[in-house]
Amino acid sequence: MNLTLRVWRQKDAQSEGRMVTYQAPEVLPDMSFLEMLDVVNEKLIAKGEEPIAFDSDCREGICGTCSMVINGKAHGGQPGTTVCQLHMRHFRDGDTIIIEPWRARAFPVLKDLVTDRGAFDRIIEAGGFVSVNTGGAPEANSLPIAKTDADTAMDAAACIGCGACVAACKNASAMLFVAAKVSHLAALPQGQIEREQRVLKMVKAMDAAGFGNCTVTGSCEAVCPKEISLDFIARLNREYGKAILINTVPRAGKGGD
Amino acid sequence: MKLDANIPAGPLALKWDRRRFEMKLVNPANKRKFDVIVVGTGLAGASAAASLAELGYKVQAFCYQDSPRRAHSIAAQGGINAAKNYQNDGDSIYRLFYDTIKGGDFRAREANVHRLAQVSVNIIDQCVAQGVPFAREYGGLLANRSFGGAQVSRTFYARGQTGQQLLLGAYQALCRQISLGAVKMFPRTEMLDLVVVNGHAKGIVTRSLVTGEITAHAADAVILATGGYGNVFYLSTNAKGCNVTASWRAYKKGAAFANPCYTQIHPTCIPVSGDHQSKLTLMSESLRNDGRVWVPKKKGDNRPSRQIPEEERDYFLERKYPSFGNLAPRDISSRAAKEVCDEGRGVGPGGLGVYLDFADAIKRIGEAQVREKYGNLFDMYEKITGENAYQQPMRIYPAVHYTMGGLWVDYDLMSTVPGLFVLGEANFSDHGANRLGASALMQGLADGYFVAPYTLGHYFATAKQPKVRLDQPEFKKAAADMQELTKKLLAINGKRTVNSFHKELGTMMWEKCGMARDEKGLKDLLAQIPALREEFWKNVKVAGKNEELNQNLEHAGRVADFLEFAELLAQDALHRRESCGGHFRSEYQTDDGEAKRDDENFAYVAAWEYAGPGRPAILNKEPLVYDEVHMSTRSYK
Repeated sequence: MNLTLRVWRQKDAQSEGRMVTYQAPEVLPDMSFLEMLDVVNEKLIAKGEEPIAFDSDCREGICGTCSMVINGKAHGGQPGTTVCQLHMRHFRDGDTIIIEPWRARAFPVLKDLVTDRGAFDRIIEAGGFVSVNTGGAPEANSLPIAKTDADTAMDAAACIGCGACVAACKNASAMLFVAAKVSHLAALPQGQIEREQRVLKMVKAMDAAGFGNCTVTGSCEAVCPKEISLDFIARLNREYGKAILINTVPRAGKGGD
Repeated sequence: MKLDANIPAGPLALKWDRRRFEMKLVNPANKRKFDVIVVGTGLAGASAAASLAELGYKVQAFCYQDSPRRAHSIAAQGGINAAKNYQNDGDSIYRLFYDTIKGGDFRAREANVHRLAQVSVNIIDQCVAQGVPFAREYGGLLANRSFGGAQVSRTFYARGQTGQQLLLGAYQALCRQISLGAVKMFPRTEMLDLVVVNGHAKGIVTRSLVTGEITAHAADAVILATGGYGNVFYLSTNAKGCNVTASWRAYKKGAAFANPCYTQIHPTCIPVSGDHQSKLTLMSESLRNDGRVWVPKKKGDNRPSRQIPEEERDYFLERKYPSFGNLAPRDISSRAAKEVCDEGRGVGPGGLGVYLDFADAIKRIGEAQVREKYGNLFDMYEKITGENAYQQPMRIYPAVHYTMGGLWVDYDLMSTVPGLFVLGEANFSDHGANRLGASALMQGLADGYFVAPYTLGHYFATAKQPKVRLDQPEFKKAAADMQELTKKLLAINGKRTVNSFHKELGTMMWEKCGMARDEKGLKDLLAQIPALREEFWKNVKVAGKNEELNQNLEHAGRVADFLEFAELLAQDALHRRESCGGHFRSEYQTDDGEAKRDDENFAYVAAWEYAGPGRPAILNKEPLVYDEVHMSTRSYK
């Protein structure tokens, strides 16, 4: 099939961007979307033009690197699919495909379709962990965990941190991402000690990074390649409310001597 | 070059205890005076960086990805082995040790493998404490499953995303240390060179993948945890960015490269669909628990699978290996698939595929239960191929998956350059000539959580090297060299794209140095590679400039190194005139087509030493001495 691509081109973070039109001839249905772009890029390089910059790495839907909005849908709109696993058989001969980067203030564009998602790392750094050092762990089976709790934790932990939830949200909210990590650790006994502090710190970091507010429209869940449930946002709100009520806001300098 | 594996004396089971006792310590207040560079943030790198920072060392961590959470350890599906014996089925540290040595076809170092089995139990404890959501039984205890090459259930897993969950555990520990200021993280930063001062590894040169800035970084020791070199074959199950650059540049600065010809081909991958193919996707080995592998008995039989009657099918793994059947180890299953395809009995486009059929399993336990067990894999298969594997068999074919070879390290995981430590897939030490399933995750975390944090301290306490400064000539020269190299790549402005060279190299490597190798093919290859490399440096066209985000330039640097490294791989494969594990030389096989080892002449680690540009690498041998186990012939029949 022959396709027309309209692609966001932007030289760097400082420059203005614009949509540029390219032809993608002889596209095969078995190609992945990124392989289709690889072929376009090979031709651009051969012609002495700049190839389209886009992020990808594992190309099997797990690393969370690939990130583009296709025809207005983050990852292209196939359920539970990252763009690296989207295949061209879902398009038709003659289609025009519009390709844009994640758009969010907290994810500045670095070049073309490549964005800086470091804000997600800042949120995890703020508290998305259990504070255990290497070496001190007790025997693993000394802590039985109900299968249902372990399954809930795993449902949430499946998040790949790609940022599609932010890209799909009209407010560029990161609530689904934060909810997934907060819920994963809150569902497990290991996460209880720091439960309240964790949610307060992570939400604070989320706000500081410039993500917008959540109005629970569910667009995040709709595009999530790991189909993380909106229920986790309800959990996050509950965790946050509880933490505020318990009022365990960490105070500097009040640690044990 | 002197190779001293530095293995502690005494009985095997006590070697690690003894080593830990003998090691010199750095007192807690002094640890903060030492800087450590960690390159790579997969399981090995992230766990090492976090653990070292927890001890008090000042750590700088580097990764080429946009976040340390994305390293390719994340893609491991099946699980992680540990000798917990939770299933009461006769497992023990010694059994895990023995299975790993045997699975590696008696080409791994005994003492390292035993330590790996010992610390495997601590890994599970550590990961559970971090909140890794391993699968559990209804009573709340941890679940296990079995994996290829073992007859006990010792594999811990988190659905089909074990690597992801373990990596997120290590990443979160790393994030905690970043927030405490103990680790300085450099994402989107690629190591280009190692800096050696007075014979000791003292820093690296990096390129920012956003701005193109080339910078030197100084430290008291350098850890490479930069993964394997499977992408020398172009198509592999590795991530697109995986490369040999860090290891290769360290090799050129004096680190010996061991056993590069030991490459693992995984039997169950989705076949190539066309020339545009950019990578291959693995389907978990666990599918072979219920799927039956077959091809038509007749050559060129292109009827749809369901129209081929039972008696005209060849279930070749069950036929050849009745006791392990469809669960024969990876190297053996891969080779068997290649054989039937070479005979012209392969299925699908180009005849490069075999069926993995679930019809019998669906008849036996019902589609619902098959879906429950493997649903995510069937979905993934359908996404990629557009075929429904509940209604027709999957098509699979072997693909390059893991590399057992890597930089040579001693028992302390230190390379032949003092102060340069190598962890995880990037080193050679634990898997011999073939790695068992669910052992890569185990090794990466063992090295990072439980080995390097001890041995690095010993190095600091005994090496007593002076602090280095960035204005020393070694740093300036290394940075200038890399600037020069980058300029050179950009200035060629030839006619062929970087990718076309990578693809051509990969194709020749796969054809002549893939699942089966022979002297003639390898000799041809050793003539072809230098010619292709020469053409690359004359005719490659790299887009853009250095001072920007330039993915084409990144790729060019990696391919340039693959073009050099490939020659060493082929040379190693040519010199090893025996078949063992993943290295199958067609000339050395038994009458029934199995690998024929030559313990008399090849029971050694081949550690190649760089001899300078244009000179052949020098072979150094570390003899493999087996005090505990008897070197037997592997049999899975």
